[in-house]
Amino acid sequence: MRKNLNVIAAYSIMMVLIILVGIFQSWNIALSIFNMCLISAVMTMGANIQWGYAGLINFGIMGYTALGGLAAVLISVDPVQEAWSAGGFDILMCLWLIIALVLIISFILKNFQKSKVRTYAIAVLIISGILLIRFTAEPGIEAIEDINPAKTGFLGGFGLPIIFSWIVGAFFAGGLAFIVGKVALGLRADYLAIATLLISEIVIAIIKHEDWLTRGVKNVIGLKRPAPYEVDLQSTDWFINLVEKFNSGKLELISNLSDRQAALNQLVIEGSSVFVKLCYSGLFLTVVIILLILTQKALYSPWGRMMRAIRDNEEAANAMGKNVVKQHLLIFILGSAIVGIAGAMLVTQDGLFTPGSYRPMRYTFLIWVMVIVGGSGNNFGAILGGFAVWFLWIEAAPIALFLINFFTAGMSETHALKLHLIESVPYFRFLMMGLGLLLIMRYRPKGILPEKIEIK
Amino acid sequence: MAYFEGIEMTGGYGNGPNIINSCTVNVNRGEIVSILGPNGAGKSTAMKAMLGLLNLKSGSIKINGKDISNLSPQDRVKEGISFVPQNKNVFAGMTVEENLEMGAFLLNEEIENIIEEIYELFPILKEKRNQLVGELSGGQRQQVALGRALMIKPTVLMLDEPTAGVSPIVMDELFDHIVKVKRNNVAILMVEQNAKQALSISDRGYVLVTGENRYSGTGNELLNDPRVRSSFLGG
Amino acid sequence: MDVLNALILLLNYIFIPALTYGSQLALGAIFVTLIYGILRFANFATGDMMSFGTMVTILFTWYFQSLGISLGVLPTALIAIPFGILFMIIYMLSIDKFVFKYYRVNKSPPVQLAMVSIGVMFVTQAVVRIIIGPSDQRFFDGEKFIIKAREFKEMTGLNEGLALKSTQVITVLVTIVLVSLLFWFLNKTKTGKSMKAYSDNEDLALLSGIDPKKIVMITWIIAGILATIGGALYGLDKSFKPFTYFNNMLPIFAAAIVGGIGNPFGAFLGGYVIAFSEIFLTYAYKKFFMYILPESMEPESLVQLLSTDYKFAVSFSILVIVLLYRPSGIFRGKVL
Repeated sequence: MRKNLNVIAAYSIMMVLIILVGIFQSWNIALSIFNMCLISAVMTMGANIQWGYAGLINFGIMGYTALGGLAAVLISVDPVQEAWSAGGFDILMCLWLIIALVLIISFILKNFQKSKVRTYAIAVLIISGILLIRFTAEPGIEAIEDINPAKTGFLGGFGLPIIFSWIVGAFFAGGLAFIVGKVALGLRADYLAIATLLISEIVIAIIKHEDWLTRGVKNVIGLKRPAPYEVDLQSTDWFINLVEKFNSGKLELISNLSDRQAALNQLVIEGSSVFVKLCYSGLFLTVVIILLILTQKALYSPWGRMMRAIRDNEEAANAMGKNVVKQHLLIFILGSAIVGIAGAMLVTQDGLFTPGSYRPMRYTFLIWVMVIVGGSGNNFGAILGGFAVWFLWIEAAPIALFLINFFTAGMSETHALKLHLIESVPYFRFLMMGLGLLLIMRYRPKGILPEKIEIK
Repeated sequence: MAYFEGIEMTGGYGNGPNIINSCTVNVNRGEIVSILGPNGAGKSTAMKAMLGLLNLKSGSIKINGKDISNLSPQDRVKEGISFVPQNKNVFAGMTVEENLEMGAFLLNEEIENIIEEIYELFPILKEKRNQLVGELSGGQRQQVALGRALMIKPTVLMLDEPTAGVSPIVMDELFDHIVKVKRNNVAILMVEQNAKQALSISDRGYVLVTGENRYSGTGNELLNDPRVRSSFLGG
Repeated sequence: MDVLNALILLLNYIFIPALTYGSQLALGAIFVTLIYGILRFANFATGDMMSFGTMVTILFTWYFQSLGISLGVLPTALIAIPFGILFMIIYMLSIDKFVFKYYRVNKSPPVQLAMVSIGVMFVTQAVVRIIIGPSDQRFFDGEKFIIKAREFKEMTGLNEGLALKSTQVITVLVTIVLVSLLFWFLNKTKTGKSMKAYSDNEDLALLSGIDPKKIVMITWIIAGILATIGGALYGLDKSFKPFTYFNNMLPIFAAAIVGGIGNPFGAFLGGYVIAFSEIFLTYAYKKFFMYILPESMEPESLVQLLSTDYKFAVSFSILVIVLLYRPSGIFRGKVL
């Protein structure tokens, strides 16, 4: 019970902090922090089942996030018919070529003994295959990218509701994790970390530069929303009435009718964006709760027990007949798929897909700070880590500004050092993250909410 | 009073249970002393205690009458105590000669002469001086390990199962080398599994059981003691 | 004549840039490999530590420039580098004292140290950005070219020009001197050998009386020299931007692993392997074939294996292949 008390206390503090932001800054900011906290929580849950349950290091979170985002684009954008007729055939041919190449290679791997000749043959096959694919694809890619490059210039997607992409994103990320896992999971822990980090950079390079598929650095904007648009809400009667009812006390204080109308309009505009954010909160909260229930169930199931056994003593688990390799692959796929969901959610919320914004600091290392700070192996800890770290990440700048002003209060307003520090406020968030991580690792290495289960 | 002695040592690893209980071992210069006993008897532990790798709860270690119980292992090396661990007892990625040089790390004088002496003792090492130790055979590696330990011109040499995992022929060769070392007036203390062969070259031996001295005596006495024979030497 | 033109083309666009870039990577890779071999963890703060050293160098360069001190044709940064190194070493030693030492003494697993290095990475990144800002800084002065493309053309009468930047020559020369000194130190001096011994077999090194504290300190000092010089050379040749330095960590890791992590000579060669393959695979050979093939066979496309966008991806793919087939690296064998 005492441990549960810890959880409740930690979450209450977190909620109070967000509410304080709502009161002192604005409800809009508070809600956008809350939504991003929820998305971060999904990501940390993904990383946590890999690291906390199985002890696998995945520094490729950025790659899976981006793939989830790509799914959101491919699902929700309407197909670009001209592009399909211009270059679709070539692209499909390439797809066949890739499939054929993979099949041939796996055939060779299965049916021939390992030898130098085989290795060289495969190398030659891959290189000539890549060249062939490039030659086949080039005219098609050029044709596609030439079609209205300012607006489309890519194949587009399937024109389905964006919410489907959350599932598709999970499959995309899981698929990539399958390949990565097959390749890299046998590696020692630190090699695995580096390999996954580098593979995620390759994924980002592809997403950034294959314009026919993703529009690359030209970004995809104006994705369809699962929530209503602010503009529509502002002209909807029931919504205006709702806002009026909520603020009736405040509005009645204003006696002038036109003033009151203006105030109401202002409130409606603010209210509409709060309402939209609340819609997202609802959707995200649903995902978080579903995932939390599933992961908790898994953690306490025989399967979860087996995973912890593998984590704590791989050799013993192996000797007892547990297929460690298979289980590691499975959990690697599951964790990455969850990260993929988060990636799709993120793009859904933003309504745009910007491949250039995927950077390892933000999408890999920050998530790891969340997992470590929150408490690896404990789902509640991971979620809390997502909340606390994201909150600090956003509020670091105001906090730093406050501290700078406090400590330099004696200096004149134009003092060079003071101005320089104030200019550098955005970078204090890195400092806080780093110090936070170092302090937690030193003095509370199991995180704020440590893993509860102890194997006796 | 012996040259190097561990008197009534009691202790274990960390805060764990005692592995050795008032165990006494001593050795003189120019003497080979073996510590024998069944698995888990605390043989290696007794030796490590004398090297300072674990904290004693009681008892003391003396060399030449000087109490060194509170010195760190590195400082005991400076007192002339050299140790050859059972595993990973060479620098596998370095050449034979570099291994020997590292053995003499604490010496500030010219070490060419000492290296030559070692090569006289182990001629094969001279031949392989520029080869990586990782590429040598098991027996040659043990010679490198011995050579490295002898580089500081120790007065006490402690060997932890020097013949573990080598073939019988190599074992005999190694024991010959150990006897040669003893003739240079070095006190040799070793833990051995091959009890018969070890006793045959030892001047004295101790048999430990559950961390306590059970029998002791000269090599021949122990070899011929029916109780020792029946319990540890296989009849 | 055409063959000569083709060769100059390759020299100008592939060989010289790859040699320069490779040298810069090699210094970083030796830094990674030393930390890995002796302190036994993958240091994710590598790139940012290099940017810290470079930042101090830049600040001193500006200071010297403001005093009117210069080296004439050579960049002023060369006199600022020693100061950069000094501050870098102080920074590294204090980080070691306050952060890494605790985990080393407690014999924490390498993964934990790697996580800790991420914390150091965040902090260092913040420090650099707070002090010098996130934007591009150029601090090169002095004579920019040793050979200018136009002059070369006039001199030789060839169609292809050869440009040789002074920073390229400085980079390669400094790398050669520094690396030779380092290998002499590691292989010939007693302290260097004791570092090798410590990296090979820690327990036995302790039993031989090697002082671990001294080894760790010397490692950080060498690391500081390598990091600062490697970073400053890169900054002189290209430009200094904290984010680029962070990103450079990735090909540096690739170079260190390709060369067999823990093996400095391998890391040194690994730097060139990565640099050359990045540039070889992404160079458009059209012009080259135009020189050596008869007109009728001239290629129409760019004859480029991969677009330059995939420069980084090349090195990472090489790494993945190496990890798959030879996890211990191409040049395995000797430690340190």
